[in-house]
Amino acid sequence: MGPSGSGKSTLLNLIAGLDKPDSGSIIVQGIDISLLLETELAKWRADNIGFIFQFYNLIPVLTAFENVELPLILTRLSKNERKKHVLTALSLVGLDDRMDHYPGQLSGGQQQRVAIARAVVTDPVILVADEPTGDLDRLSARDVLNLMENLSKSIGKTIVMVTHDPRAAKKAGSIMYLDKGVLADVPQTSFQECV
Amino acid sequence: MGLLFFYSFRNLLARKLTTSLTAAGMSLVVFVFASIVMLAEGLEKTLVDTGTYDNVVVIRRSAVSEVQSGIDREQASIVETSPQIAIGEEGQNLIAKELVVLITLEKKKSNSPANVTIRGISENSLALRPQVKLIEGRMPRSGTSEIAAGLGIAKGFKNIVIGQTLFFALRHWTVVGIFDAGSTGYNSEIWGDVEQFMPAFRRLVYSSILFKLRKSSEFEIFKINIETDPRLTLEAKRETQYYREQSEMMAKFLRVLGETLTIVFSVGAVVGAMITMYSAVANRTGEIGTLRALGFNRATILLAFLLESLLLGLIGGIVGLFLGSLMQFITVSTTNFQTFSELSFNFRITFEIIYKSLLFSVGMGFVGGILPAFRASRMSVVEALKEN
Repeated sequence: MGPSGSGKSTLLNLIAGLDKPDSGSIIVQGIDISLLLETELAKWRADNIGFIFQFYNLIPVLTAFENVELPLILTRLSKNERKKHVLTALSLVGLDDRMDHYPGQLSGGQQQRVAIARAVVTDPVILVADEPTGDLDRLSARDVLNLMENLSKSIGKTIVMVTHDPRAAKKAGSIMYLDKGVLADVPQTSFQECV
Repeated sequence: MGLLFFYSFRNLLARKLTTSLTAAGMSLVVFVFASIVMLAEGLEKTLVDTGTYDNVVVIRRSAVSEVQSGIDREQASIVETSPQIAIGEEGQNLIAKELVVLITLEKKKSNSPANVTIRGISENSLALRPQVKLIEGRMPRSGTSEIAAGLGIAKGFKNIVIGQTLFFALRHWTVVGIFDAGSTGYNSEIWGDVEQFMPAFRRLVYSSILFKLRKSSEFEIFKINIETDPRLTLEAKRETQYYREQSEMMAKFLRVLGETLTIVFSVGAVVGAMITMYSAVANRTGEIGTLRALGFNRATILLAFLLESLLLGLIGGIVGLFLGSLMQFITVSTTNFQTFSELSFNFRITFEIIYKSLLFSVGMGFVGGILPAFRASRMSVVEALKEN
Protein backbone atom coordinates (compact mmCIF):
# COMPACT_ATOMS: atom_id res chain seq x y z
CA MET A 1 0.00 0.00 0.00
CA GLY A 2 1.02 3.56 -0.34
CA PRO A 3 -0.08 6.95 -1.54
CA SER A 4 -0.48 7.74 -5.25
CA GLY A 5 2.84 8.24 -6.97
CA SER A 6 4.74 6.30 -4.33
CA GLY A 7 5.86 3.72 -6.93
CA LYS A 8 3.54 0.81 -6.13
CA SER A 9 2.65 0.06 -9.74
CA THR A 10 6.24 0.53 -10.86
CA LEU A 11 7.40 -1.98 -8.23
CA LEU A 12 4.69 -4.40 -9.35
CA ASN A 13 5.69 -3.97 -13.00
CA LEU A 14 9.29 -4.72 -12.08
CA ILE A 15 8.36 -7.85 -10.13
CA ALA A 16 6.14 -9.02 -12.99
CA GLY A 17 8.84 -8.47 -15.59
CA LEU A 18 6.94 -5.80 -17.47
CA ASP A 19 9.50 -3.13 -16.84
CA LYS A 20 13.26 -3.14 -16.43
CA PRO A 21 15.13 -1.38 -13.63
CA ASP A 22 17.60 1.40 -14.47
CA SER A 23 20.02 -0.19 -12.02
CA GLY A 24 20.13 -3.11 -9.63
CA SER A 25 18.63 -6.53 -10.14
CA ILE A 26 15.30 -8.28 -9.62
CA ILE A 27 15.53 -11.86 -8.50
CA VAL A 28 12.37 -13.94 -8.73
CA GLN A 29 12.68 -17.59 -7.79
CA GLY A 30 16.44 -17.41 -8.16
CA ILE A 31 16.37 -15.87 -11.64
CA ASP A 32 17.64 -12.36 -12.20
CA ILE A 33 14.92 -11.22 -14.55
CA SER A 34 16.57 -7.86 -15.16
CA LEU A 35 19.16 -9.71 -17.23
CA LEU A 36 16.67 -11.47 -19.50
CA LEU A 37 16.25 -10.42 -23.12
CA GLU A 38 12.92 -9.08 -24.36
CA THR A 39 11.75 -12.44 -25.78
CA GLU A 40 13.05 -14.41 -22.81
CA LEU A 41 11.22 -12.05 -20.51
CA ALA A 42 7.98 -12.50 -22.46
CA LYS A 43 8.31 -16.25 -22.11
CA TRP A 44 9.18 -15.93 -18.44
CA ARG A 45 6.05 -13.84 -17.86
CA ALA A 46 3.91 -16.38 -19.70
CA ASP A 47 5.29 -19.20 -17.55
CA ASN A 48 5.38 -17.53 -14.15
CA ILE A 49 3.07 -14.57 -13.85
CA GLY A 50 -0.70 -14.20 -13.85
CA PHE A 51 -1.99 -10.65 -14.22
CA ILE A 52 -5.07 -9.07 -12.71
CA PHE A 53 -5.55 -5.45 -13.77
CA GLN A 54 -7.70 -2.67 -12.40
CA PHE A 55 -9.67 -2.34 -15.65
CA TYR A 56 -9.72 -6.12 -16.32
CA ASN A 57 -7.95 -5.70 -19.71
CA LEU A 58 -10.06 -8.30 -21.46
CA ILE A 59 -9.98 -8.39 -25.25
CA PRO A 60 -13.39 -7.05 -26.28
CA VAL A 61 -13.67 -9.05 -29.51
CA LEU A 62 -13.03 -12.40 -27.83
CA THR A 63 -15.53 -14.33 -25.68
CA ALA A 64 -14.93 -15.07 -22.01
CA PHE A 65 -13.77 -18.56 -23.02
CA GLU A 66 -11.36 -17.22 -25.64
CA ASN A 67 -10.02 -14.56 -23.30
CA VAL A 68 -9.16 -17.24 -20.76
CA GLU A 69 -7.72 -19.42 -23.50
CA LEU A 70 -5.42 -16.64 -24.71
CA PRO A 71 -2.41 -17.28 -22.42
CA LEU A 72 -2.68 -21.04 -23.12
CA ILE A 73 -1.91 -20.44 -26.80
CA LEU A 74 1.65 -19.83 -25.72
CA THR A 75 1.85 -23.29 -24.15
CA ARG A 76 2.18 -26.62 -25.90
CA LEU A 77 -1.24 -27.85 -24.83
CA SER A 78 -3.53 -29.44 -27.40
CA LYS A 79 -6.87 -27.85 -28.19
CA ASN A 80 -8.71 -30.36 -26.00
CA GLU A 81 -6.35 -29.86 -23.08
CA ARG A 82 -6.70 -26.11 -23.45
CA LYS A 83 -10.47 -26.45 -23.35
CA LYS A 84 -10.26 -28.50 -20.14
CA HIS A 85 -8.03 -25.94 -18.47
CA VAL A 86 -10.26 -23.05 -19.52
CA LEU A 87 -13.40 -24.76 -18.21
CA THR A 88 -11.69 -25.52 -14.89
CA ALA A 89 -10.55 -21.92 -14.53
CA LEU A 90 -13.98 -20.55 -15.44
CA SER A 91 -15.76 -22.85 -12.99
CA LEU A 92 -13.26 -21.82 -10.32
CA VAL A 93 -14.49 -18.23 -10.69
CA GLY A 94 -18.10 -19.38 -11.08
CA LEU A 95 -18.56 -18.21 -14.66
CA ASP A 96 -18.71 -21.45 -16.64
CA ASP A 97 -22.25 -20.54 -17.69
CA ARG A 98 -21.05 -17.26 -19.22
CA MET A 99 -18.18 -18.57 -21.30
CA ASP A 100 -19.73 -17.54 -24.63
CA HIS A 101 -20.38 -13.99 -23.53
CA TYR A 102 -18.26 -11.14 -24.75
CA PRO A 103 -16.75 -8.79 -22.14
CA GLY A 104 -19.27 -6.10 -23.12
CA GLN A 105 -22.08 -8.45 -22.10
CA LEU A 106 -20.69 -8.98 -18.59
CA SER A 107 -20.81 -6.78 -15.47
CA GLY A 108 -17.63 -5.26 -14.06
CA GLY A 109 -17.43 -7.90 -11.33
CA GLN A 110 -17.93 -10.71 -13.85
CA GLN A 111 -15.29 -9.25 -16.15
CA GLN A 112 -12.81 -9.13 -13.30
CA ARG A 113 -13.60 -12.77 -12.50
CA VAL A 114 -12.91 -13.70 -16.14
CA ALA A 115 -9.64 -11.80 -15.80
CA ILE A 116 -8.84 -13.82 -12.67
CA ALA A 117 -9.63 -17.04 -14.52
CA ARG A 118 -7.25 -15.88 -17.29
CA ALA A 119 -4.59 -15.15 -14.67
CA VAL A 120 -4.78 -18.59 -13.03
CA VAL A 121 -5.38 -20.76 -16.11
CA THR A 122 -1.68 -21.29 -16.78
CA ASP A 123 -1.06 -22.11 -13.12
CA PRO A 124 1.52 -19.34 -12.66
CA VAL A 125 3.86 -19.03 -9.71
CA ILE A 126 2.76 -15.54 -8.78
CA LEU A 127 -0.42 -13.60 -9.36
CA VAL A 128 0.13 -9.86 -9.57
CA ALA A 129 -2.89 -7.67 -9.08
CA ASP A 130 -2.87 -3.92 -9.61
CA GLU A 131 -5.84 -2.37 -7.83
CA PRO A 132 -8.12 -5.31 -8.70
CA THR A 133 -11.13 -3.75 -6.95
CA GLY A 134 -10.40 -0.19 -8.06
CA ASP A 135 -13.12 -0.13 -10.71
CA LEU A 136 -15.75 -2.20 -8.87
CA ASP A 137 -18.73 -1.41 -6.71
CA ARG A 138 -18.69 -2.51 -3.07
CA LEU A 139 -20.47 -5.84 -3.56
CA SER A 140 -18.49 -6.90 -6.62
CA ALA A 141 -15.28 -5.83 -4.90
CA ARG A 142 -16.15 -8.05 -1.96
CA ASP A 143 -16.83 -11.02 -4.26
CA VAL A 144 -13.58 -10.55 -6.13
CA LEU A 145 -11.58 -10.25 -2.89
CA ASN A 146 -13.21 -13.37 -1.49
CA LEU A 147 -12.40 -15.20 -4.69
CA MET A 148 -8.78 -14.13 -4.54
CA GLU A 149 -8.55 -15.11 -0.90
CA ASN A 150 -9.95 -18.55 -1.74
CA LEU A 151 -7.46 -18.98 -4.57
CA SER A 152 -4.63 -18.06 -2.30
CA LYS A 153 -5.75 -20.42 0.43
CA SER A 154 -7.18 -23.34 -1.56
CA ILE A 155 -4.58 -23.65 -4.30
CA GLY A 156 -1.76 -21.87 -2.53
CA LYS A 157 -1.19 -19.08 -5.03
CA THR A 158 1.06 -16.21 -4.03
CA ILE A 159 -0.70 -12.97 -4.78
CA VAL A 160 1.15 -9.68 -4.88
CA MET A 161 -1.45 -6.95 -4.80
CA VAL A 162 -1.23 -3.22 -5.00
CA THR A 163 -4.25 -1.51 -3.51
CA HIS A 164 -5.68 1.57 -1.92
CA ASP A 165 -8.56 -0.43 -0.55
CA PRO A 166 -8.25 -1.18 3.20
CA ARG A 167 -10.70 -4.08 2.90
CA ALA A 168 -8.44 -5.63 0.32
CA ALA A 169 -5.47 -5.05 2.53
CA LYS A 170 -7.18 -6.82 5.41
CA LYS A 171 -7.19 -10.06 3.43
CA ALA A 172 -3.43 -9.93 2.94
CA GLY A 173 -0.99 -12.21 4.72
CA SER A 174 1.49 -9.38 4.99
CA ILE A 175 1.35 -5.72 4.10
CA MET A 176 4.23 -3.59 2.91
CA TYR A 177 4.07 0.16 2.66
CA LEU A 178 5.71 2.21 0.01
CA ASP A 179 6.34 5.92 0.17
CA LYS A 180 8.38 7.94 -2.30
CA GLY A 181 9.97 4.75 -3.51
CA VAL A 182 10.99 3.51 -0.07
CA LEU A 183 9.59 0.25 1.26
CA ALA A 184 8.69 -0.06 4.95
CA ASP A 185 6.94 -2.55 7.24
CA VAL A 186 4.94 0.21 8.86
CA PRO A 187 3.11 3.00 7.10
CA GLN A 188 4.15 6.63 7.22
CA THR A 189 1.97 8.65 9.56
CA SER A 190 0.20 10.59 6.86
CA PHE A 191 -0.76 7.45 4.99
CA GLN A 192 -1.86 5.65 8.17
CA GLU A 193 -4.30 8.43 8.81
CA CYS A 194 -5.61 8.08 5.32
CA VAL A 195 -6.12 4.30 5.78
CA MET B 1 -2.51 -19.51 -33.95
CA GLY B 2 -6.15 -20.11 -34.79
CA LEU B 3 -7.25 -17.83 -31.99
CA LEU B 4 -4.89 -15.16 -33.24
CA PHE B 5 -6.55 -15.37 -36.65
CA PHE B 6 -9.96 -15.01 -34.99
CA TYR B 7 -8.65 -12.07 -33.03
CA SER B 8 -7.60 -10.28 -36.21
CA PHE B 9 -10.75 -11.24 -38.08
CA ARG B 10 -13.12 -10.24 -35.29
CA ASN B 11 -11.39 -6.93 -34.88
CA LEU B 12 -12.20 -6.25 -38.52
CA LEU B 13 -15.81 -7.26 -37.93
CA ALA B 14 -16.00 -5.10 -34.82
CA ARG B 15 -15.23 -1.99 -36.90
CA LYS B 16 -17.70 -2.69 -39.68
CA LEU B 17 -17.90 0.76 -41.22
CA THR B 18 -14.15 1.45 -41.27
CA THR B 19 -13.46 -2.04 -42.54
CA SER B 20 -16.09 -1.76 -45.27
CA LEU B 21 -14.89 1.63 -46.48
CA THR B 22 -11.24 0.62 -46.56
CA ALA B 23 -12.04 -2.67 -48.26
CA ALA B 24 -14.27 -0.82 -50.74
CA GLY B 25 -11.33 1.41 -51.69
CA MET B 26 -9.17 -1.62 -52.27
CA SER B 27 -11.89 -3.46 -54.15
CA LEU B 28 -12.22 -0.52 -56.53
CA VAL B 29 -8.55 -0.76 -57.40
CA VAL B 30 -8.76 -4.52 -57.89
CA PHE B 31 -11.89 -4.04 -60.00
CA VAL B 32 -10.13 -1.57 -62.31
CA PHE B 33 -7.05 -3.78 -62.51
CA ALA B 34 -8.99 -6.98 -63.18
CA SER B 35 -11.40 -5.40 -65.67
CA ILE B 36 -8.76 -3.88 -67.87
CA VAL B 37 -6.63 -7.01 -67.87
CA MET B 38 -9.79 -9.02 -68.61
CA LEU B 39 -10.45 -6.69 -71.54
CA ALA B 40 -6.95 -7.19 -72.94
CA GLU B 41 -7.29 -10.93 -72.37
CA GLY B 42 -10.67 -10.98 -74.14
CA LEU B 43 -9.25 -9.10 -77.10
CA GLU B 44 -6.30 -11.47 -77.40
CA LYS B 45 -8.50 -14.52 -77.03
CA THR B 46 -10.90 -13.27 -79.73
CA LEU B 47 -8.15 -12.61 -82.22
CA VAL B 48 -6.14 -15.72 -81.44
CA ASP B 49 -9.26 -17.89 -81.67
CA THR B 50 -9.93 -16.35 -85.05
CA GLY B 51 -7.01 -18.24 -86.50
CA THR B 52 -6.62 -21.95 -87.21
CA TYR B 53 -3.18 -23.47 -86.63
CA ASP B 54 -3.04 -25.41 -89.90
CA ASN B 55 -4.07 -22.42 -91.98
CA VAL B 56 -1.50 -20.13 -93.55
CA VAL B 57 -2.02 -16.45 -94.32
CA VAL B 58 0.05 -14.98 -97.13
CA ILE B 59 0.33 -11.18 -97.28
CA ARG B 60 2.64 -8.63 -98.88
CA ARG B 61 6.00 -8.60 -97.16
CA SER B 62 6.15 -6.09 -94.26
CA ALA B 63 2.41 -5.41 -94.38
CA VAL B 64 1.13 -5.46 -90.81
CA SER B 65 -2.40 -6.51 -91.66
CA GLU B 66 -4.50 -7.66 -94.61
CA VAL B 67 -5.81 -4.11 -95.09
CA GLN B 68 -2.34 -2.86 -95.93
CA SER B 69 -1.42 -5.85 -98.04
CA GLY B 70 -1.67 -6.34 -101.80
CA ILE B 71 -1.02 -9.45 -103.89
CA ASP B 72 -1.34 -9.21 -107.65
CA ARG B 73 -2.95 -12.00 -109.64
CA GLU B 74 0.34 -13.24 -111.03
CA GLN B 75 1.91 -13.70 -107.61
CA ALA B 76 -1.33 -15.28 -106.38
CA SER B 77 -1.16 -17.86 -109.17
CA ILE B 78 2.40 -18.77 -108.18
CA VAL B 79 1.32 -19.32 -104.58
CA GLU B 80 -1.63 -21.37 -105.79
CA THR B 81 0.66 -23.92 -107.35
CA SER B 82 2.53 -24.70 -104.13
CA PRO B 83 2.54 -28.43 -103.34
CA GLN B 84 2.00 -27.80 -99.61
CA ILE B 85 -1.64 -26.79 -100.11
CA ALA B 86 -4.21 -29.34 -98.92
CA ILE B 87 -6.66 -30.85 -101.38
CA GLY B 88 -10.38 -30.64 -100.62
CA GLU B 89 -13.00 -33.38 -100.91
CA GLU B 90 -13.85 -32.38 -104.44
CA GLY B 91 -10.25 -32.38 -105.54
CA GLN B 92 -9.86 -28.61 -105.42
CA ASN B 93 -6.99 -26.80 -103.73
CA LEU B 94 -8.14 -25.57 -100.30
CA ILE B 95 -7.08 -22.00 -100.95
CA ALA B 96 -8.91 -18.68 -100.90
CA LYS B 97 -7.74 -15.44 -102.47
CA GLU B 98 -9.39 -12.67 -100.56
CA LEU B 99 -9.84 -8.94 -100.50
CA VAL B 100 -10.10 -6.94 -97.30
CA VAL B 101 -11.30 -3.35 -97.34
CA LEU B 102 -12.89 -1.07 -94.80
CA ILE B 103 -16.14 0.81 -95.16
CA THR B 104 -18.08 2.87 -92.67
CA LEU B 105 -21.50 1.88 -91.43
CA GLU B 106 -23.75 3.51 -88.84
CA LYS B 107 -23.91 1.91 -85.41
CA LYS B 108 -27.30 1.11 -83.95
CA LYS B 109 -26.78 2.56 -80.49
CA SER B 110 -24.75 5.69 -81.10
CA ASN B 111 -25.76 6.45 -84.71
CA SER B 112 -22.10 7.22 -85.26
CA PRO B 113 -20.16 5.70 -88.16
CA ALA B 114 -17.58 3.01 -87.49
CA ASN B 115 -15.17 1.10 -89.70
CA VAL B 116 -16.32 -2.35 -90.72
CA THR B 117 -14.19 -4.99 -92.40
CA ILE B 118 -15.46 -6.14 -95.79
CA ARG B 119 -14.00 -9.47 -96.87
CA GLY B 120 -14.19 -10.62 -100.45
CA ILE B 121 -14.31 -14.41 -100.26
CA SER B 122 -13.67 -17.26 -102.67
CA GLU B 123 -15.43 -20.60 -102.90
CA ASN B 124 -13.22 -22.19 -100.26
CA SER B 125 -13.29 -19.36 -97.72
CA LEU B 126 -16.02 -20.94 -95.62
CA ALA B 127 -14.46 -24.42 -95.73
CA LEU B 128 -11.19 -22.96 -94.46
CA ARG B 129 -12.95 -21.49 -91.44
CA PRO B 130 -14.85 -24.25 -89.65
CA GLN B 131 -15.59 -21.90 -86.73
CA VAL B 132 -17.90 -19.88 -88.99
CA LYS B 133 -21.47 -21.21 -89.01
CA LEU B 134 -24.34 -19.86 -91.07
CA ILE B 135 -27.27 -19.22 -88.73
CA GLU B 136 -29.74 -17.44 -90.99
CA GLY B 137 -30.28 -17.31 -94.77
CA ARG B 138 -27.46 -18.53 -97.04
CA MET B 139 -23.96 -17.61 -98.09
CA PRO B 140 -23.57 -15.12 -100.99
CA ARG B 141 -23.42 -16.76 -104.43
CA SER B 142 -20.46 -15.97 -106.64
CA GLY B 143 -21.09 -13.50 -109.40
CA THR B 144 -23.85 -11.66 -107.50
CA SER B 145 -24.12 -8.54 -105.36
CA GLU B 146 -24.94 -10.52 -102.26
CA ILE B 147 -23.40 -10.25 -98.84
CA ALA B 148 -23.50 -12.11 -95.52
CA ALA B 149 -22.75 -10.45 -92.19
CA GLY B 150 -21.25 -11.69 -88.95
CA LEU B 151 -23.47 -11.77 -85.88
CA GLY B 152 -21.50 -8.95 -84.20
CA ILE B 153 -22.22 -6.70 -87.20
CA ALA B 154 -25.87 -7.76 -87.35
CA LYS B 155 -26.30 -6.87 -83.69
CA GLY B 156 -24.31 -3.64 -83.66
CA PHE B 157 -25.08 -1.91 -86.96
CA LYS B 158 -28.17 -0.60 -88.70
CA ASN B 159 -29.97 -2.31 -91.59
CA ILE B 160 -28.19 -5.65 -91.31
CA VAL B 161 -31.30 -7.75 -91.82
CA ILE B 162 -31.85 -10.40 -94.49
CA GLY B 163 -33.42 -8.85 -97.56
CA GLN B 164 -32.16 -5.34 -96.77
CA THR B 165 -29.71 -3.66 -99.11
CA LEU B 166 -26.63 -1.71 -98.18
CA PHE B 167 -25.08 0.90 -100.43
CA PHE B 168 -21.31 1.03 -100.65
CA ALA B 169 -18.66 1.06 -103.37
CA LEU B 170 -21.25 2.73 -105.63
CA ARG B 171 -23.45 -0.36 -105.67
CA HIS B 172 -26.33 -1.86 -103.78
CA TRP B 173 -25.64 -5.10 -101.93
CA THR B 174 -28.33 -7.40 -100.60
CA VAL B 175 -27.94 -9.09 -97.24
CA VAL B 176 -28.68 -12.80 -97.77
CA GLY B 177 -27.16 -14.44 -94.71
CA ILE B 178 -26.04 -13.99 -91.11
CA PHE B 179 -23.22 -16.12 -89.78
CA ASP B 180 -21.98 -16.77 -86.28
CA ALA B 181 -18.25 -17.11 -85.83
CA GLY B 182 -18.37 -17.61 -82.05
CA SER B 183 -15.95 -15.39 -80.20
CA THR B 184 -13.71 -14.83 -83.24
CA GLY B 185 -12.96 -11.69 -85.20
CA TYR B 186 -14.97 -12.91 -88.25
CA ASN B 187 -18.09 -12.04 -86.28
CA SER B 188 -17.24 -8.42 -86.98
CA GLU B 189 -16.97 -8.80 -90.79
CA ILE B 190 -19.18 -8.63 -93.88
CA TRP B 191 -18.50 -11.20 -96.58
CA GLY B 192 -19.23 -11.15 -100.31
CA ASP B 193 -17.83 -12.49 -103.61
CA VAL B 194 -14.24 -11.31 -104.05
CA GLU B 195 -14.62 -11.03 -107.83
CA GLN B 196 -17.53 -8.62 -107.32
CA PHE B 197 -15.81 -6.58 -104.64
CA MET B 198 -12.57 -6.09 -106.61
CA PRO B 199 -14.08 -4.13 -109.51
CA ALA B 200 -16.56 -2.39 -107.19
CA PHE B 201 -13.77 -1.12 -104.97
CA ARG B 202 -11.54 -0.61 -108.02
CA ARG B 203 -8.88 -2.89 -106.65
CA LEU B 204 -6.57 -4.73 -108.97
CA VAL B 205 -4.96 -6.87 -106.32
CA TYR B 206 -6.02 -9.32 -103.66
CA SER B 207 -5.27 -8.51 -100.02
CA SER B 208 -4.34 -11.95 -98.80
CA ILE B 209 -4.28 -15.61 -99.58
CA LEU B 210 -5.45 -18.16 -97.05
CA PHE B 211 -4.89 -21.87 -97.45
CA LYS B 212 -4.85 -25.05 -95.42
CA LEU B 213 -1.58 -26.97 -95.15
CA ARG B 214 -1.45 -30.49 -96.52
CA LYS B 215 0.69 -31.40 -93.54
CA SER B 216 1.04 -29.09 -90.58
CA SER B 217 4.79 -29.73 -90.47
CA GLU B 218 5.27 -28.39 -94.00
CA PHE B 219 4.74 -24.80 -92.96
CA GLU B 220 8.47 -24.07 -92.65
CA ILE B 221 9.21 -25.43 -96.13
CA PHE B 222 6.44 -23.34 -97.62
CA LYS B 223 7.60 -20.25 -95.78
CA ILE B 224 11.18 -20.65 -96.98
CA ASN B 225 10.06 -21.34 -100.56
CA ILE B 226 7.81 -18.36 -100.75
CA GLU B 227 10.08 -15.92 -99.02
CA THR B 228 13.11 -16.83 -101.11
CA ASP B 229 11.32 -16.94 -104.45
CA PRO B 230 12.63 -13.87 -106.36
CA ARG B 231 9.32 -13.47 -108.20
CA LEU B 232 7.41 -12.95 -104.97
CA THR B 233 7.32 -10.11 -102.45
CA LEU B 234 5.25 -12.03 -99.97
CA GLU B 235 5.49 -13.49 -96.51
CA ALA B 236 3.65 -16.35 -94.86
CA LYS B 237 2.41 -16.73 -91.32
CA ARG B 238 0.38 -19.35 -89.57
CA GLU B 239 -3.12 -17.93 -89.18
CA THR B 240 -2.92 -18.15 -85.37
CA GLN B 241 0.34 -16.20 -85.35
CA TYR B 242 -1.09 -13.62 -87.76
CA TYR B 243 -4.06 -12.88 -85.50
CA ARG B 244 -1.96 -12.90 -82.36
CA GLU B 245 0.10 -10.11 -83.88
CA GLN B 246 -3.12 -8.24 -84.71
CA SER B 247 -4.01 -8.10 -81.03
CA GLU B 248 -0.56 -7.16 -79.76
CA MET B 249 -0.71 -3.42 -80.04
CA MET B 250 -4.15 -2.93 -78.55
CA ALA B 251 -3.71 -5.54 -75.85
CA LYS B 252 -0.46 -3.88 -74.86
CA PHE B 253 -2.14 -0.49 -74.81
CA LEU B 254 -4.91 -1.85 -72.57
CA ARG B 255 -2.41 -3.51 -70.26
CA VAL B 256 -0.30 -0.35 -69.91
CA LEU B 257 -3.46 1.68 -69.33
CA GLY B 258 -4.61 -0.82 -66.72
CA GLU B 259 -1.30 -0.89 -64.94
CA THR B 260 -0.98 2.90 -64.89
CA LEU B 261 -4.48 3.41 -63.50
CA THR B 262 -3.92 0.65 -60.98
CA ILE B 263 -0.67 2.12 -59.71
CA VAL B 264 -2.24 5.57 -59.24
CA PHE B 265 -5.35 4.17 -57.54
CA SER B 266 -3.44 1.72 -55.40
CA VAL B 267 -1.43 4.53 -53.78
CA GLY B 268 -4.73 5.94 -52.52
CA ALA B 269 -5.95 2.55 -51.34
CA VAL B 270 -2.68 1.78 -49.56
CA VAL B 271 -2.78 5.13 -47.75
CA GLY B 272 -6.39 4.36 -46.77
CA ALA B 273 -5.40 0.98 -45.40
CA MET B 274 -2.50 2.56 -43.55
CA ILE B 275 -4.75 5.15 -41.88
CA THR B 276 -7.21 2.42 -40.91
CA MET B 277 -4.47 0.28 -39.43
CA TYR B 278 -2.78 3.17 -37.62
CA SER B 279 -6.09 4.08 -36.02
CA ALA B 280 -6.63 0.39 -35.14
CA VAL B 281 -3.26 0.36 -33.41
CA ALA B 282 -4.01 3.64 -31.61
CA ASN B 283 -7.42 2.40 -30.44
CA ARG B 284 -6.06 -0.89 -29.24
CA THR B 285 -2.92 0.24 -27.47
CA GLY B 286 -4.26 -1.14 -24.18
CA GLU B 287 -4.97 -4.49 -25.81
CA ILE B 288 -1.47 -4.61 -27.22
CA GLY B 289 -0.13 -3.96 -23.71
CA THR B 290 -2.30 -6.75 -22.31
CA LEU B 291 -1.20 -9.25 -24.94
CA ARG B 292 2.43 -8.38 -24.35
CA ALA B 293 1.98 -8.67 -20.57
CA LEU B 294 0.43 -12.12 -21.04
CA GLY B 295 3.64 -13.20 -22.73
CA PHE B 296 3.00 -12.65 -26.44
CA ASN B 297 6.23 -11.44 -28.02
CA ARG B 298 6.74 -8.57 -30.41
CA ALA B 299 6.72 -10.82 -33.48
CA THR B 300 3.27 -12.21 -32.60
CA ILE B 301 1.84 -8.71 -32.18
CA LEU B 302 3.37 -7.72 -35.52
CA LEU B 303 1.85 -10.80 -37.11
CA ALA B 304 -1.60 -10.19 -35.61
CA PHE B 305 -1.83 -6.65 -36.94
CA LEU B 306 -0.29 -7.57 -40.27
CA LEU B 307 -2.76 -10.44 -40.57
CA GLU B 308 -5.58 -8.00 -39.96
CA SER B 309 -4.34 -5.77 -42.76
CA LEU B 310 -3.79 -8.72 -45.11
CA LEU B 311 -7.34 -9.89 -44.41
CA LEU B 312 -8.56 -6.40 -45.17
CA GLY B 313 -6.74 -6.56 -48.50
CA LEU B 314 -8.09 -10.01 -49.24
CA ILE B 315 -11.68 -8.93 -48.57
CA GLY B 316 -11.16 -5.97 -50.91
CA GLY B 317 -9.63 -8.29 -53.49
CA ILE B 318 -12.47 -10.80 -53.39
CA VAL B 319 -15.13 -8.09 -53.67
CA GLY B 320 -13.28 -6.33 -56.49
CA LEU B 321 -12.74 -9.58 -58.35
CA PHE B 322 -16.38 -10.53 -57.94
CA LEU B 323 -17.48 -7.19 -59.41
CA GLY B 324 -14.90 -7.58 -62.16
CA SER B 325 -16.12 -11.07 -63.00
CA LEU B 326 -19.59 -9.63 -63.68
CA MET B 327 -17.99 -7.74 -66.58
CA GLN B 328 -17.77 -11.06 -68.43
CA PHE B 329 -21.40 -10.62 -69.38
CA ILE B 330 -20.62 -7.44 -71.25
CA THR B 331 -19.59 -7.41 -74.90
CA VAL B 332 -17.42 -4.53 -75.99
CA SER B 333 -17.28 -3.30 -79.54
CA THR B 334 -14.44 -1.01 -80.39
CA THR B 335 -11.92 -0.15 -83.06
CA ASN B 336 -8.81 -2.26 -83.15
CA PHE B 337 -5.97 0.24 -83.64
CA GLN B 338 -3.99 -2.18 -85.72
CA THR B 339 -6.63 -2.97 -88.33
CA PHE B 340 -8.66 0.24 -87.92
CA SER B 341 -11.79 -1.86 -87.96
CA GLU B 342 -14.56 -2.55 -85.51
CA LEU B 343 -14.10 -5.65 -83.40
CA SER B 344 -16.45 -6.95 -80.75
CA PHE B 345 -15.17 -9.03 -77.85
CA ASN B 346 -15.89 -9.97 -74.25
CA PHE B 347 -14.12 -9.36 -70.97
CA ARG B 348 -12.45 -12.61 -70.15
CA ILE B 349 -11.38 -13.81 -66.71
CA THR B 350 -8.58 -16.33 -66.36
CA PHE B 351 -7.00 -18.15 -63.45
CA GLU B 352 -3.94 -15.95 -63.87
CA ILE B 353 -6.05 -12.79 -63.53
CA ILE B 354 -7.70 -14.20 -60.40
CA TYR B 355 -4.49 -15.04 -58.58
CA LYS B 356 -2.71 -11.89 -59.72
CA SER B 357 -5.61 -9.71 -58.50
CA LEU B 358 -5.74 -11.46 -55.14
CA LEU B 359 -1.98 -11.31 -54.78
CA PHE B 360 -2.09 -7.64 -55.65
CA SER B 361 -4.82 -6.86 -53.10
CA VAL B 362 -3.06 -8.79 -50.36
CA GLY B 363 0.09 -6.89 -51.36
CA MET B 364 -1.76 -3.59 -50.84
CA GLY B 365 -2.84 -4.88 -47.42
CA PHE B 366 0.76 -5.74 -46.62
CA VAL B 367 2.16 -2.36 -47.67
CA GLY B 368 -0.61 -0.54 -45.81
CA GLY B 369 -0.28 -2.67 -42.69
CA ILE B 370 3.40 -3.21 -42.18
CA LEU B 371 4.25 0.18 -40.67
CA PRO B 372 1.30 0.28 -38.25
CA ALA B 373 1.97 -3.34 -37.27
CA PHE B 374 5.60 -2.52 -36.70
CA ARG B 375 4.59 0.39 -34.51
CA ALA B 376 2.25 -1.85 -32.50
CA SER B 377 5.01 -4.37 -31.93
CA ARG B 378 7.53 -1.74 -30.80
CA MET B 379 5.33 -0.32 -28.02
CA SER B 380 6.57 -0.45 -24.47
CA VAL B 381 4.39 -2.81 -22.42
CA VAL B 382 4.06 -0.45 -19.47
CA GLU B 383 3.22 2.57 -21.61
CA ALA B 384 0.70 0.55 -23.61
CA LEU B 385 -1.00 -0.75 -20.46
CA LYS B 386 -1.46 2.81 -19.20
CA GLU B 387 -3.69 3.50 -22.22
CA ASN B 388 -6.38 1.15 -20.97
